[in-house]
Amino acid sequence: MVATENKNAAATQDTQPGFVYLPLIAGWLVPGAGHFLLRKWGRGALLAVSILGMFALGIAMQGKVYANAHDILDMLGLAGDLGNGLLYVVSRMMGLGADTVQVTTADYGTRFIVVAGLLNVISAVDAHNLRTGRKM
Amino acid sequence: MLHPSHFASVLLFAFFASIAFGITQRETPRQMVRYGIYCFVLFVGSAVVLSWAMYLIAR
Repeated sequence: MVATENKNAAATQDTQPGFVYLPLIAGWLVPGAGHFLLRKWGRGALLAVSILGMFALGIAMQGKVYANAHDILDMLGLAGDLGNGLLYVVSRMMGLGADTVQVTTADYGTRFIVVAGLLNVISAVDAHNLRTGRKM
Repeated sequence: MLHPSHFASVLLFAFFASIAFGITQRETPRQMVRYGIYCFVLFVGSAVVLSWAMYLIAR
């Protein structure tokens, strides 16, 4: 059973030319791009809308975009934010988000941005699993 | 500037997170929809239950 699955996975990997980690990296940099590369248009679009929507809502709620880490919680928040890939870079360059959280909804916004990054990492790994044949 | 209510925030969070969970954690479209709905109900349900629990504890 396991041998058959491994054989199928290897066969899938062999039939697709190109860099095996490309969907993973593309999916991390741009939400949904990993699935688009694999021609999973519907899944990619839904993931892109979900992640972009959550990130945009976080910014609109004046959530904090972590720029540096002073303690362990900041480090975890920064790690989550970095999961957004280019969205994080663009938001930092444009100065989006708040430096400090002043209202309750801004605290929610901060969590929305962090979770958008974590969901983006999950979707990038999913694209990698599709690429390697681990998932159909 | 967006200032949704606490419950609206929960609904938005659950909606988007459930879509991502459904797509990434299951293989067939039918399973994805079922798991997405399951996650949404769990997110919102647990928020409501915990909110009532905290309300009753605080009284």
